[in-house]
Amino acid sequence: MSVEARRGGVRKQVALPWNKSIEFAYKSVKTRFGRSMVTAGGVFLGIAFLASVLISKAIAGSNIEPGESARLNWLVGLSLAVCVVGITNAMLMSVTERFREIGTMKCLGALDGFVVRIFMLEAVAMGFMASVMGWTVGTLLMVLTKFLVGVPKNAPLGTVWYGSLDWLDLFGVWPVGSFWFCVILGAGLTALATFIPARQAANIPPAAALRTDV
Amino acid sequence: MTMVQEQSQAQTNGAASVNGEKGAEYVVRAKDVTKVFKMGTEEVHALRGISLDIRRGEYISIMGPSGSGKSTFFNMIGGLDKPNNGSVFINDTDMAQLDAQELAFLRCHTIGYIFQTFNLIPVMTALENVTLPTIFAGMPAEEGTHRAIELLETVGLGHRLHNKPSQLSGGQQQRVAIARSLANRPSIILADEPTGNLDEKTGRAIIELLRELNKKENVTIISATHDHKMLDVSDRIVWIRDGLVDKIQNREDIEIQVGGIEEGH
Repeated sequence: MSVEARRGGVRKQVALPWNKSIEFAYKSVKTRFGRSMVTAGGVFLGIAFLASVLISKAIAGSNIEPGESARLNWLVGLSLAVCVVGITNAMLMSVTERFREIGTMKCLGALDGFVVRIFMLEAVAMGFMASVMGWTVGTLLMVLTKFLVGVPKNAPLGTVWYGSLDWLDLFGVWPVGSFWFCVILGAGLTALATFIPARQAANIPPAAALRTDV
Repeated sequence: MTMVQEQSQAQTNGAASVNGEKGAEYVVRAKDVTKVFKMGTEEVHALRGISLDIRRGEYISIMGPSGSGKSTFFNMIGGLDKPNNGSVFINDTDMAQLDAQELAFLRCHTIGYIFQTFNLIPVMTALENVTLPTIFAGMPAEEGTHRAIELLETVGLGHRLHNKPSQLSGGQQQRVAIARSLANRPSIILADEPTGNLDEKTGRAIIELLRELNKKENVTIISATHDHKMLDVSDRIVWIRDGLVDKIQNREDIEIQVGGIEEGH
């Protein structure tokens, strides 16, 4: 007897195409927009800080003290770590809240991978938007600060020089690299913080997922 | 004979009859299903060896007080939970032999689920909710939408296609859930307390709708309930008590002893 016959025509469920998953994730983020933005707030702040440090370093160029640079790196690293912990917490709660929805989806034929994929897509989309906004706000605020304080790019080390920052200088350090660095890092960290809660939720049997009352 | 030997004996018998004529007639066959839950250090025997055969096109009510193992048994039939021992066959397929992807396929194509709490996806409209299973089944979008509209019209909600669940009454939500359960033309519909969250009148309407669909689409309906309105429409009533089948009644028997149902239980 063939495998097919023994299983009474039961075949393997096929995974959904990416565009369907993206549509799902989009709908979900859109509907829970306020909630998503609160979750993404941590990423926004972390990335805004990172972007401001990057642009201030770029403006200072070689004039920055090595000790100061190391201190800034440490602060940025720490703030991003805090932000990852914050998103993981928010995601754990959001996933728990949606246990019933996950159980229902699985009853309708969703594979575990699909559930994980939806959560990951939502996370990446949220992380991306928050990072773009964070980068923009962080960079602009730091540039504005530098203008107002008036420390020029090539102030000699250890001297106080009240000149103004030249527009042309700004073009020289215009941070295209920092943009992509910030956005990819922000989206990546959000995805990382979501992965474990999402996989946990996808792995529980549908019966258990449906039993939960939240 | 030890417990284990008995089990394997039962499984062999089950496998042997797969090609027999019995196969086509029965859509669900459960053999000596047992389930133990661990609550801390305590073991709760939810099912102590239930066997039940359900014919194609039947309308079955599974009755029993809460804690009887009714819901657990129900989850076993639906492939939502795995038994510790014994086996469940759906359309002659041994569920224990299926991997995760095959189980998902079975849940998608062969079984339709209706829940006490409706369980519609809150961020989707009625139409999107009913279309969802067809998407999982890989049906082309246009065909899926067409099917969903047709089903929503069948359950009398042709005018509420674009409402979100929060904009619908309980009865309407359950109608959407019924339409959704039928989306992929399943051979079985599992209804877990479908009237549990509804008032008397709405509950009756839902039961009548289920019975109508059972006749029209020739879909087997298995419903866990303690709603006595269900008894009037059921072909058979299975009473479960303490994890075992207490008794099975045919409708004819029920009609004879009207009013005696409470005592019978």
